Parts: sequence; structure tokens; C-alpha cells
Amino acid sequence: MNVPVEFYLVLSTLLFFIGVYGFIVRKNLIGILMSIELILNAVNINFVVFNRFLFPEKLEGYMYGLFVIIVAAAETAVAIAIIINVYRNMKNIDVDSIKELKN
Amino acid sequence: MIETLKDYYSGFAIMNQELTLVLVLIFVLLADLFLGEKGKKNLQFAAIGSFALATISGFTVSFGGSQEAFAGMYVTSDMHVLVKNILNIGTLLVFFFAHYWNKNENRNQSGEFYFLTLSTLLGMYLMVSSGNFILFYIGLETASIPMAALVAFNKKNRDSAEAAAKYILTAAFSSGVMLFGISLIYGSCGSLYFDEVANAFQGLPVQILAMVFFMAGMGFKISLVPFHLWTADTYQGAPTSVTAYLSVMSKGAAAFTFLCILFKAFHNYPEIWQNILWWIIVVTITVGNLFAIRQKNLKRFLAFSSISQAGYIMLGVISGSPLGMTSTVYYIFIYLFTNLAAFGIISNIENQTGKVGMDDYNGLYGTNPKSAFIMTLAMFSLGGIPPFAGFFSKFFIFAAAAEQGQYLLVFIALLNTIISLYYYLLVVKAMFINKSENPIPTIKSDNMSIIGLGICTIGILILGFISPIYEYMTSISFGM
Repeated sequence: MNVPVEFYLVLSTLLFFIGVYGFIVRKNLIGILMSIELILNAVNINFVVFNRFLFPEKLEGYMYGLFVIIVAAAETAVAIAIIINVYRNMKNIDVDSIKELKN
Repeated sequence: MIETLKDYYSGFAIMNQELTLVLVLIFVLLADLFLGEKGKKNLQFAAIGSFALATISGFTVSFGGSQEAFAGMYVTSDMHVLVKNILNIGTLLVFFFAHYWNKNENRNQSGEFYFLTLSTLLGMYLMVSSGNFILFYIGLETASIPMAALVAFNKKNRDSAEAAAKYILTAAFSSGVMLFGISLIYGSCGSLYFDEVANAFQGLPVQILAMVFFMAGMGFKISLVPFHLWTADTYQGAPTSVTAYLSVMSKGAAAFTFLCILFKAFHNYPEIWQNILWWIIVVTITVGNLFAIRQKNLKRFLAFSSISQAGYIMLGVISGSPLGMTSTVYYIFIYLFTNLAAFGIISNIENQTGKVGMDDYNGLYGTNPKSAFIMTLAMFSLGGIPPFAGFFSKFFIFAAAAEQGQYLLVFIALLNTIISLYYYLLVVKAMFINKSENPIPTIKSDNMSIIGLGICTIGILILGFISPIYEYMTSISFGM
């Protein structure tokens, strides 16, 4: 059973825009972080699919996917540390609580 | 291509500056570990001293032509070396200004400050020298993840936490958008090397879409309008030394990398990205200037000023010529001294009195004439008043854009220079003319920030007149 490459691309594009939508409408900082993970997963699907179907003789896409996963892990670790810090300071991780900085 | 293991390791031979920086990083880490509680005082001198040595050693590196290592993954030339040296100078100046803050407010964490700052610098090095989108991405993230930790450095401070949350989420989102663009570039061009992408780039719709995604992601990093919304909050909430670092080094490195990638990977269809960039520049300069006028907090004020300065930097990128590259690097070089002088004064005053409002600066000339004088120089130079260095950098960057026939763009930028003069002079007016009931008391600066401010002042006053710098940059720059 062969799934054509377009199907994967539709999936990754949908995933990307679900992530963008979530990033914009989510009110919880953890929710925003999860939306960003969706975007990165869409990117990974793209890389792996392009490599598998279009350029199977080289490994660039797979390698890029690996690096994206690793860097995303580091980024999430720092982001969660910062969110915990926000919670300690404001007792709350709602985006509405972080609008103190104004002129 | 790599043939033997020996060839592989010989690639490290051209990475002098990176390896030196890694040595300094390890040294700072070990010093922080072993010096103990009593040695914390010496740690700062160890860190600043070793990094100063690394900065000096950076000037001995020279290649003559373009060099590459690891099958083109890592590219370097005299221009890249120069940009790294400029970043080194800026980081050293930030260390000078942060010394007092480190000594008094975070005695136990100063090692972490140096370690994180140098890590971001290493990321910027890799980003600047990348010849492939993989190394570019790793460098970009190495530069931006520790930066978020730096923004959150005042753990007990609400503003710092809020600024860091905004910074890390926008940074992660923007790199996600950029990665989506890069994945489409990979799918449509079949490679991630800049020169192979350039050969395969045919202006297909998907490739243009990918390029737009990529430019949006870079726009976040350089804080171009309409991707600038995080800038003001992050700059205001971050510790002032970190804000200075963020506004100069992060922006300068990202702008140069953006220029390199546009020149190397997308040079076959320049009219596409030049059109996009044209509108971005117009909006960036105008919006940055108009918002700067109504700011009352000096850090926010400088944030919007730096947004409009980023627009001016892009004027050099849009030209796509060797002259454009020269003027971009020259602009970053001058902007470094100018902006760091302003931030040096602000962090000095904030450290000792906690005041950052523009109204607090009323009557500063009466109590702190030297600080007021240096701030005035910085404002004049940012506004581009001759004979200060900022005038020459603006002049060259306008010349580079005008050389390519972008007369309307240069005209709009010139009009905006007049608006920017208005708000830069508001600061000068507050310091010299406005009266105040209780002005900032006379402060005594520490030696380190006096050295830093002295270097910045000299830079503002005489760099514009040292023509060998500009001639040297001209001799090593390259176009599309």
C-alpha cells in the first residue's frame, strides 16, 4: 500500500496551521508551547517525507529532522523553566497575567 | 569532499575564533566551579580578562580569500572574521557595563551570566559562518535559547519573567515558521547548501512561499515590523546589560547572516526579495520612529529606536552589492558603539538609583554632566548628526541603496531621519533644559563602566574619520 507524497504534505500543512492557530488563540502558556511543538512536528514530517520520496539517496532531511527534535527539546526545557518562573512570580500561567509591561 | 580522517580534522584549523571562544567558555565554567565563595570577586576578572585576550587574538586571524570546511558546511572569509571581531568588541563592552551589576546584585550567579553570554556568542559565530541551513539553524538556536535564560536572569523580578516568557515563545514560534520555510526549500531544491539552493532556485511559487516564511522568521530575530511586537516588552523587562547585548549583538549577527543567505542562496531572483524587503523597510523605519516618540521609559524608547535602526540596516541588504555589504557591516560597527554608550549610561543610573523614566533624566546635566554629555553624543550619533560616527554610517548606507536606484526608499528613510531627530533630541532636552525638583543625585561610576564608556565615546567621536576601517571593509566585501 503506497500513500502518495501529497497526502503527507497535506497532513503537515494542516498540522502547521493548527499550530499557528493554537499559538494565537491559546490562553495558557503551556498550551502555546504545545502549539509550537505541533509546528515543529509539521516541519519534521516535511523533512522526512521530502527525503524519503524525493531525495532518497542522501540523508540531509533525516539529519535535519533529528536536529530539530534535539533543539526543540532544549527549547522546551528552557521555556518550561521560564513558565515555572512566571508561575512563581504571578501565581498563574495565563497569558492575561503577563501584560504588566507597558509604557 | 572529505577523503580521509586527516582532511576531516583539518577543517578545525580554520575555526580559530570558535575554538578560542570554546576555550574561554570552558575556562569560565571551571573557574566558576573551583573558585568557590571567596573567589567570586576574581571570577569576573578572570572571565573578562580571558575574553579580552580572545578578542585580541581574533585580530590576528586572516585568510586572504574565502575558505570552507566540512564539505562547505562551514564557510569563512576575512569579512566573517571581521564581523566576529566586531561582535567580540561589543560583548567585551557589555561585560564592562555589567560588571557593577554582577558585583552587587547577582554575586553568586555572575559565572552563569558570563557562561550564558559567551554561549550565545558562540551560536552567533556559527550562524554567521554557516554555509548550510543545518548549521545556520543550530547556530541560531544556540544564540537564542541561552538568550532567553539571560532575559529571565532576575529570578525574583516579575518584569524579567514576563519578558523572558514573551521572548522564548516568540523565538520558538519564529524559528518554527522559518523551519517550515526551510523544509519547503529543501523539498523544492533538493539541498540545504546555500550554493546548491541558489542553483536550483527557479522562482517557483512554492520556493517563493518558502522564502517568505524564511524572511518572516528572520524578521522576528532582527525585529522588523510587522514581526516586532515582542521587542519593546522584552527590552523593557530584561536586565539592562542583557538588553544592551540583545539590541546590538543579537541584531547585528542576525542581520549579517540574513544578508549572507540572501546574497548566497537567493541571488538568482533578487527582485522578489527586494520587493518584499522594500515594504518591510518602509514600515519598519516609520513604525519604529512613530512609536518611539511617545515612549516614557528609556529602555522601551531605545527598543523602538533599535527597531527603526534595524530598518536602516536593511537598506544595505536591499542593495545586494559589495557596497551594500560594506555599509551594512560598517553600520553595525558604528551602531554598536553608539547604542552601547546609551545603554552604558542607562544601566549605570539604573543600577545606582533604579530610575529609567525619561522624566527622571530631567536636569541630569546639573548633577552628572559627564553622563549627560556621553548620552548626548550617543543620541546625536543615533540621529545621524555630523560630525559624529552615526552620520557617516547613515551616509554610506543611503549611498549603497541609492547606487541601486532605490531613490524613493532613500527619500522615505531621509524623511524618517528627521522624525528620529525629534525624539532623540527629546532626551537631550530632558537632560539639559527641563528643570526637576529632585534630579538624579551625582553618581559615582565604577572603573569598569568608565573604561567602557570611554571606549564608546572615542568610538563615536573619531571612528567616522578613520577612513582605513571603511577601506578595509570595502576591500574584503563581496556581493551577490
